[in-house]
Amino acid sequence: MAVVFDKTKGLTEKEFHYCPGCTHGIIHRITAEVLVELGVLGDAIGVAPVGCSVLAYDYFNCDMNEAAHGRAPAVATGIKRALPDKVVFTYQGDGDLASIGAAEVVHAAHRGEKITTIFVNNAIYGMTGGQMAPTTLVGQKATTAPYGRDESLCGQPLKVSEMLATINGAAFVERVAVDTPANVRKAKKAIKKAFECQLEGKGYAIVEVLSTCPTNWGMTPVDAITWLRENMMPYYPMGNLRNPWEVK
Amino acid sequence: MAKAKGKVTFDEARCKGCGICVTACPVGIIKLDTSRINVKGYHPATVDEMDKCIGCANCATMCPDVIISVERE
Amino acid sequence: MAKVLMKGNEAVGAAAIKAGCKYFFGYPITPQNEVPEYMSKELPKIGGSFVQAESEVAAINMVYGAAGAGVRVMTSSSSPGIALKQEGISYIAGAELPCVIVNMMRGGPGLGSIQSSQSDYFQATRGGGNGDYRTLVYAPANVQELVDYTMKAFDVADYYRNPVLVLGDGMIGQMMEPIEFKESEKMELPEKDWATTGTKEARKPNIVNSLRLQAPELEELNKKIEAKYKEMEEREVIYESYKLEDAEIVFVAYGTVSRITKNAIDLLEKEGIKAGLIRPVTLWPFPNKAFAEIPATAKVLMSVEMSQGGQMIDDVKIANEGRLPIGFYGRSGGMVPTPQAIVESAKELLGGVK
Repeated sequence: MAVVFDKTKGLTEKEFHYCPGCTHGIIHRITAEVLVELGVLGDAIGVAPVGCSVLAYDYFNCDMNEAAHGRAPAVATGIKRALPDKVVFTYQGDGDLASIGAAEVVHAAHRGEKITTIFVNNAIYGMTGGQMAPTTLVGQKATTAPYGRDESLCGQPLKVSEMLATINGAAFVERVAVDTPANVRKAKKAIKKAFECQLEGKGYAIVEVLSTCPTNWGMTPVDAITWLRENMMPYYPMGNLRNPWEVK
Repeated sequence: MAKAKGKVTFDEARCKGCGICVTACPVGIIKLDTSRINVKGYHPATVDEMDKCIGCANCATMCPDVIISVERE
Repeated sequence: MAKVLMKGNEAVGAAAIKAGCKYFFGYPITPQNEVPEYMSKELPKIGGSFVQAESEVAAINMVYGAAGAGVRVMTSSSSPGIALKQEGISYIAGAELPCVIVNMMRGGPGLGSIQSSQSDYFQATRGGGNGDYRTLVYAPANVQELVDYTMKAFDVADYYRNPVLVLGDGMIGQMMEPIEFKESEKMELPEKDWATTGTKEARKPNIVNSLRLQAPELEELNKKIEAKYKEMEEREVIYESYKLEDAEIVFVAYGTVSRITKNAIDLLEKEGIKAGLIRPVTLWPFPNKAFAEIPATAKVLMSVEMSQGGQMIDDVKIANEGRLPIGFYGRSGGMVPTPQAIVESAKELLGGVK
């Protein structure tokens, strides 16, 4: 028998601290696999966010930089401008990217910075215990929206991919999910294209990954996946929203 | 056409008993072993009927802790 | 080498480039706009990179990234913009990265005015970001010093792996003076083997990071950083003592105000009053040892600052150790003290202590 699946060298040996069933683990893995498959692990420099995945710098087996909350696209800009031959990526959650970091991601896309963002959208603030995020759904409960997100006070959830897809400098924008093996494989393909977009020097690339947070949604990991499918997917449609250079 | 023969190995000490692999397995042979707990205190994922494994790697694809390795003929 | 007439803001840029800085990230704010404008014009000529960031916050984070990648990098701003950078500066210090930050001070607080002030002394020397950290602060008094200390700042930042602040004001930024680029003593600087440059799969990953979730580890980091500050206090203090001999009154002033104060000293001398000046060039570390040079003839100290209540005066009090009475003269809001006003205030102070 041949080994057909083994842990990628793109990840370190360190055990993930994430909650049982947290999809960060899947997304870390497919991102790391892509870096290895593209042969760029030795040139990769990742920027970790503030959020559950703040410790991503311990898990990716490449040089890493821990950024302030929301600032990863600016930090990545500094790195990529200094070292244009390196493969620079940010890995951010929805609080980091869509709340405090909204300006940074918009302007990195606007300038067409040749960096790649993995955006983990689980519609809640994980690390700090379940507060409302810009991506929390209307009616969804959170510790700072105990009666459920009220559209009249907080607006509707932010559709980051649609918003960034209006920006010319964003050369690749795709939304995927990691709820089934088939979708995980599609997500990996999208992430690969997002890195190829950088390697081809086309501009800013982002993959929004619909993800779960079993702990703060108050569900089992398997139920959380069902909740994602039934509630997040109708609001956040999957698919490619921008690929003008037809990165394959 | 004969089904592929597969074999999965779990790094049991790292399993958090999340159960996602159980639902991901198309031949339903993964279960959480409720008769024991691992060093972390979780019921680890395990396979009793390994002869039914088709080596599809769906379980490994979904495992958030990357504890599964898959072999196939 | 022939001297060249340059505006302060442009001279800062030219000095940075001479020091090997090829990366600049900044944002427009009066009275320092010529700094990003100059860098936007010159950096492409030398294969460097200029970004007008979306905000001062973004700019300091770009500095953090580039510094972590091992290059010499600078940002500039003015008071309200420097306030925005405080988080980033704390992260840069915590991650032990080198960089140069230039502040051309303007009136505050808040949006304030666009004319000069010295009301960011606390912000510069006490640090507006969180945590136990310091930035070394140079306070040039003229455009030549602006050039010299900007160039030195890059070496010192690299040596200590810490941000260095060059504190000017609107006047220094806008004035034109003849300058030359001196070949200064180069410091022995170690390789930046800690930088995120890509592992090439040939070494362990480098991690640029200020987070240490285990408190004992964070304490170790803080001890390491504190040791650097102790070394700076030993080795990096720079000041000027001017006409201290037999002085009855010793002024303490820095930057452009020190030049005005020297004029006041000349006027006082004509009236038969001996006055001297201690001019800190490093505001942090503050030149406490300069105060040992104060002659026995001195009856009083006076801190002169473009600040309403005074900020450097706190450090003057600490250095004074309760020996002499301390007076203060200041203007705020962008107003500039005149030599005559300083003279009147000094005479009043001396009259009070006779």
